[in-house]
Amino acid sequence: MKLFLILSLVWSGLTLAALEQTLRWGNGAEVKDLDPSIVTGVPEHHILTNLFEGLVGKHPETLGPVPGVAESWTISKDLKTYTFQLRKDAKWSNGDPVTANDFIYSWQRLLDPKTAAEYSYQAYYIKNGKDINTGKIKDFNQLGVKAPTDRTLVVTLENPTPFFLKLLDHYSLAPLHAKTIQKHGIRWTRPENMVNNGAFTLDKWETNRLISVKANPLYWDAKSVKLTSATFYPVEKMDTEEKMFRSGDLDITNEIPLEKIPLWKKKKGSDYVGSPYLGTYFYWFNTKVKPLDKKEVRQALSLAIDRDSIVKYVTKGDQPPARSFTPPGAGDNYQPPAVLPTDLSRLAEAKELLAKAGYPNGKGMPTIDILFNTHDGHKKIAEVIQEMWKKNLGVNATLVNQEWKVYLDSVRLMKFTAARQGWIGDYNDPNTFLDMFISDSPMNRSGWKNAEYDALMVKAAKELDSKKRLAHFFNAEKIWLDEMPSMPIYVYTRNYLKNKKVQGWYSNIEDLHPLKYVWIGDSK
Amino acid sequence: MSLNYILKRLAVMIPVFLMVVTLVFFMIRFAPGGPFDSEKAVSPEIMRNLLAKYHMDAPLWKQYLRYLNDLAHFDLGPSFKYANRTVNELIGESFPVSIELGMLSLAWALVIGILAGALAALRPNTLWDYIPMSFSILGICLPTFVIGPGLALAFGLWYDWLPVAGWSSWQHKVLPSLTLGLAYSAFISRLTRGGLIEILNQDFIRTARAKGLSETTVMVKHAFRGGLLPVVSYLGPALAGIITGALVTETIFNIPGLGRFFIQSAVNRDYTVVMGTSLLYFGLIFVSNFFVDILYAWLDPRVRYD
Repeated sequence: MKLFLILSLVWSGLTLAALEQTLRWGNGAEVKDLDPSIVTGVPEHHILTNLFEGLVGKHPETLGPVPGVAESWTISKDLKTYTFQLRKDAKWSNGDPVTANDFIYSWQRLLDPKTAAEYSYQAYYIKNGKDINTGKIKDFNQLGVKAPTDRTLVVTLENPTPFFLKLLDHYSLAPLHAKTIQKHGIRWTRPENMVNNGAFTLDKWETNRLISVKANPLYWDAKSVKLTSATFYPVEKMDTEEKMFRSGDLDITNEIPLEKIPLWKKKKGSDYVGSPYLGTYFYWFNTKVKPLDKKEVRQALSLAIDRDSIVKYVTKGDQPPARSFTPPGAGDNYQPPAVLPTDLSRLAEAKELLAKAGYPNGKGMPTIDILFNTHDGHKKIAEVIQEMWKKNLGVNATLVNQEWKVYLDSVRLMKFTAARQGWIGDYNDPNTFLDMFISDSPMNRSGWKNAEYDALMVKAAKELDSKKRLAHFFNAEKIWLDEMPSMPIYVYTRNYLKNKKVQGWYSNIEDLHPLKYVWIGDSK
Repeated sequence: MSLNYILKRLAVMIPVFLMVVTLVFFMIRFAPGGPFDSEKAVSPEIMRNLLAKYHMDAPLWKQYLRYLNDLAHFDLGPSFKYANRTVNELIGESFPVSIELGMLSLAWALVIGILAGALAALRPNTLWDYIPMSFSILGICLPTFVIGPGLALAFGLWYDWLPVAGWSSWQHKVLPSLTLGLAYSAFISRLTRGGLIEILNQDFIRTARAKGLSETTVMVKHAFRGGLLPVVSYLGPALAGIITGALVTETIFNIPGLGRFFIQSAVNRDYTVVMGTSLLYFGLIFVSNFFVDILYAWLDPRVRYD
């Protein structure tokens, strides 16, 4: 009898566990906030994607557009006017219908100078967006967005922007519930106040402890949401996260300690995931100072590093060595010119280039300072590159590490010869990488200016034909790779652990994981 | 212990407090970089708006006066990093956690430390002395970032007895408080041993024994009261140290305490949080030392403050 009782208890426990559709996700750091107009980070992205739904979503497997609040849309021939038809059953979590005006409110709020939104440039593609944000236009009604009816939204753009649909799943462009924000002010994002329209609603938010969400019964597609809840744990220490995963307290981790990757990979049917990410790790070259003002020097330095060895022995996380500046897969059908060698096969050429620049075997060449923010991984890479330059070219480099905010200051003011940088694309298109190097781009820290490059980028921005547009990008990138205003090193990967019970989770280049598609279950 | 003394101590606190406010305020402002610097280029217009939003566009002295005024109203201002949250709120959530962790750790430290120290003092220069004292040397040498993950590995993963991280049930609280307490218990055991050995050789203990008092009474009533004085004077700094120095333990066990804000705010240049946490720690150290002085006078009849 006793045994029977115990067994039945165990059994009911098991069935309960099987029914409990909850995901526990290691989410890196505490969120800045949950206000879609204010935040910028990755931890916030993981959560907000599930709380707010924009006009058009993306399927995590293909990254292709799927209807969101908009059930259909038409695009004008000049690619500048988008007309969205909003679905009737899209509702806020308090029962109000989601209307076209909720989008207008949200976008005006994002662009309002008083909001001081760092992501406001996501709405610069909309007509007059930039001028409103910079205060040149005071009348918000001049923003290129109109609501002829509650369920129709007409958006006018500045330029044909082929990637506009891809921006619409971003939380910064999601609709907002005006009344909630007006009523609660800065406290509107608290669980007791928040009104949102995504597949999940905010349940608990305990600083540095957890954020949990639960399925939203009023969501228009609630029937296809299988999880009942999800909890995000801000665990900053990778070792702690890995232990929590091993003890069964997490289903997905945010990262994995580098030195643990080989161990996890070796395990049979491993939980380890390493998937390419839309980002490039590179070194800025300061083209304003000696010796990097010479193109040949920049080319030589880039040819003299063994990228294969760096990813194999230093970064170790399955990172592909960079062969171009834009990572592979950035933009539909874009093939970047893959010209950078992954090994030292072109070292002879590098030596010749250096001699041509007036520094044969590195003689007479000023020392290069490599600037990086204090971090073990960056330091190891810098040491290897320092060694490679010395051994292969006879070039001397010194390492300069600075605390994060000091480093940001130095990079901004171009107080370096070479400096490390990582860049993760804002959207899946070559433009988000290549427009950094336009002469007057505020992000361009290389000091490099090239009229031909700028002209090609302008052409690409105005081009309606997608093939021709990509050709402009290709040609621009070819110039870039010849001029080498920076040195690409490797393509980022996302490395983490995932329990095999987690289904409907796809690795994709944008690291996008809408929980709407995820469930817990046995794989077979 | 006179009221006069307490008032004097409190009066000294005010100018010191103001000095700390001023020093921290200007030191963090003069550090390179600011709260809104990020990897992405922030356009000058947005930067201007951000600065205006947090009143950082005013001259520094005005900002300082503004801060003092807010402080007088117990308002520590908004956090720069955690938009829409105030420093009062952040401290309000995390400080109780730190206090709890600190108290539990101190309990571990006292129980383990005094037991081991007393054991050693009663049988000096035997194995009863050598073994606990060797462990205490180990405890002093091993940093928390070795002990913590070690304990988590042993009791959280090998034996699945306790959770490896987090802070909700009592089970979550065992390993972190033990980790933090062990280092302090090592000190306490050595202090206890030293204090007790000295006292046990004193005349009044011999008198007490000669009177025919039981060994327990001698120990508890006479020896401990004087022998633990060094431990008591160590309690103040220990308590302040445990609460302020819990950062490593908090990170290892992912505990939502104040230590993480203390360090992260400096890295983020989250000026108001830097100020808030520093002032709180200052207050804490002051108050704990103050109480120890009072306790000291009560335990040792020879100590009198005027």
